Amino acid sequence: MSTRSSDESPVQPSGNAQGASGVDVDAITVRFDDHTVLDTVSMSVAPGDVVALVGGSGSGKSTLLRVVAGLLVPDAGRVRIGGEDVTERPTHLRGVGMVFQDNQLFPHLDTADNVAFGLKMAGIGRAERRERAAAALAGVGLAGFERRRVTELSGGEAKRVALARTLIAAPRVVLLDEPLTGLDRDLHDELMCDLAVRLRSAETTAILVTHDHDEADAIADRTLPLASL
Amino acid sequence: MSPNQRPRWLVPALVVVPSVGLATFYLWPFATLLVEAVDRDGTDAVLGRGRTWRIVWFTTWQAVASTVLTLLVGLAPAWVIARFDFPGRRTLVSVLTAVFVMPTVVMGAAVLAVLPDSLDRTVWAVLAAHVLFNVAVVVRTVGAVWEHLPADMEHAAATLGASRLVVFRDVTFPLLRPAMSAAAAIVFLFTFTSFGVIRVVGAAGTRTIEVEVWRRATQLGQIDQAAVLALLQLAALAAVATWSVTAQRRHSRALELRPLARPQRPRRRTDRRIVALVAVATATVALGPFVALIVKSVSAPTGWTLEAWRTLDTAEVRPGLSVGVDPLDALANSLTTMLWATGIAVVVGALASLGIAAAGRAGRVLDAGLMLPIGTSAVTVGFGMLITFDTDPYDWRAAWWIVPVGHALVAVPFVVRTTLGVLRAVEPDLSAAAATLGASPLRAWRTVVVPHLWKPLVVAAAFAAAISLGEFGATSFLSRRGNETLPIAIENLLGRAGSLLQAKGYVLATLLAAATMAVVLVVDRFQERPRS
Repeated sequence: MSTRSSDESPVQPSGNAQGASGVDVDAITVRFDDHTVLDTVSMSVAPGDVVALVGGSGSGKSTLLRVVAGLLVPDAGRVRIGGEDVTERPTHLRGVGMVFQDNQLFPHLDTADNVAFGLKMAGIGRAERRERAAAALAGVGLAGFERRRVTELSGGEAKRVALARTLIAAPRVVLLDEPLTGLDRDLHDELMCDLAVRLRSAETTAILVTHDHDEADAIADRTLPLASL
Repeated sequence: MSPNQRPRWLVPALVVVPSVGLATFYLWPFATLLVEAVDRDGTDAVLGRGRTWRIVWFTTWQAVASTVLTLLVGLAPAWVIARFDFPGRRTLVSVLTAVFVMPTVVMGAAVLAVLPDSLDRTVWAVLAAHVLFNVAVVVRTVGAVWEHLPADMEHAAATLGASRLVVFRDVTFPLLRPAMSAAAAIVFLFTFTSFGVIRVVGAAGTRTIEVEVWRRATQLGQIDQAAVLALLQLAALAAVATWSVTAQRRHSRALELRPLARPQRPRRRTDRRIVALVAVATATVALGPFVALIVKSVSAPTGWTLEAWRTLDTAEVRPGLSVGVDPLDALANSLTTMLWATGIAVVVGALASLGIAAAGRAGRVLDAGLMLPIGTSAVTVGFGMLITFDTDPYDWRAAWWIVPVGHALVAVPFVVRTTLGVLRAVEPDLSAAAATLGASPLRAWRTVVVPHLWKPLVVAAAFAAAISLGEFGATSFLSRRGNETLPIAIENLLGRAGSLLQAKGYVLATLLAAATMAVVLVVDRFQERPRS
């Protein structure tokens, strides 16, 4: 995976984050109405570590991921990325990347523009974006897919595009929310191996949320049951 | 051919009344308008006159301005309602819907009541009424797509470094654009053919094409010129509709709509503030004019008074001199007309729906035909009937039933739209099951298909009643002196000098608004809701 360009970028906050950053979650509490989903949960991920959060459905593992991403405001607790307190910082300035269970590819953009979206946000010019998107697509085995409509991709192709889109921006932390759930067995296993290799070689910090222990073991350096946090 | 065919006479028996009615009261008058009324002299006179083009220009620019303003105003409530759950959310949607179905004349009266006198009878009043009227179109059309747009798609953009503004510009807006242009087309068509609002809040010289058609036909007796103008408007409408359909087709994407993204309670404090602000502002803007309506009905230059309510049975300027409009009579007339119009529309609409559903593909012709009256505007319907039924043995202009028939013509499309979808959704296997249980094809149809009609028919009847109560365009041509309906009386009274007469106009508008509100509540209660 290519290293980040030296451009001033809104993704990369305050310039001190070279490469992977650690994540510290400190006593997070999230309540929906009267229901407490997360009760003073803390955990810590070292830079470059790949951690799997496992737990049953409704255990709040996705909620914790959303708190780290800044998509959900916790009722109490702090989130630190690379040592900086980002609890009050909006998502787009946190330098996190996220792969959603249902990909969330932008249906009005073609495949290359989806992959290059983060580069565009970082202010990188069109020519370089195009080049790097093509390379990233080739990297996930989808060379020549640039002009395809994302609505016409198969499940496995869409997943690879989502992965390429997240990793191309070289985020400080990669968040994966049940990325392989809902895929058929063969595809699941193939992508699982792929993902494991890719996350390692990118030397990126990653938090994977899954309900599948085998998947957690295959991809992550370390597995944390949410109930223990 | 399947041995389980329903009898051959069933479809013809069902569609005969709707077809004959449509042919007699719409197609024939329309043909008369087209063939008999238009002549060379009239055409030359209209097209050669500078004022015609000034009217066309005014009609167009006020419609464009109304559309743009409505989109801008409607976006904030559409967003808040689509994305957030908050107390009163459903009520707010109902309020906007109620405003949307208010009769044009009531809407005009409400805007007249709420605006300061200095803005009355200006183009600003027209624009305000149009925006208020049509905000619901934007909230519903755009909001429906917005609700299905996963919040996670916007989240994905945020994790890739897009700020809130950029998320909107690069992701949300492009995905909403087809819905926005659909809403814009609807609002444009409504405001381009604006009639009641202009008649009530516009100054004497403020005229859309519709108003000019009415003025030339009924005030100046220039039938031929009015007919040319009506056709000119039809041509413009057809052009806009065609453009809209092609634009939709070009823009439409295979946007697979996912299941509803549940609206969330706002969690950030700024979100809570914005949601509260938008919701309260929307409710105030939507309800304010109607509160003003009531206030004006109990106001006199000297202070509060119930005099207008108490003396509703006369419209005397001073003892012995009346303006010729009896408010209480108008109320009674409207109710009688409503009952007949609703009865006709429900029976004809139900027969048409059953016939169209039973006929399959062939039913489309009648389906499209019955939609024509709303496509060509109520003014054209009334105008056509006025010039067609004026010679023996068809001199029906004075007949008591001509106004209810005109109303029914405008209401039937709504009855058909409300009922047809339900009938078409009846599982074919239900009839098959009935057949295996020993029911003949006709009996299976009667016992399995027809009963689905009753519930939507209640909603349809409510719609028809509301349409009849508020109908102004066709009635302006068909109503006779001394037999005014409420909207005609309201327009008449509000146009008079004299605060007591105007207050009576506001009383009638208040009553009409309340009746429409009651209808919305009935519809709200009976309408099938998609289970969540």
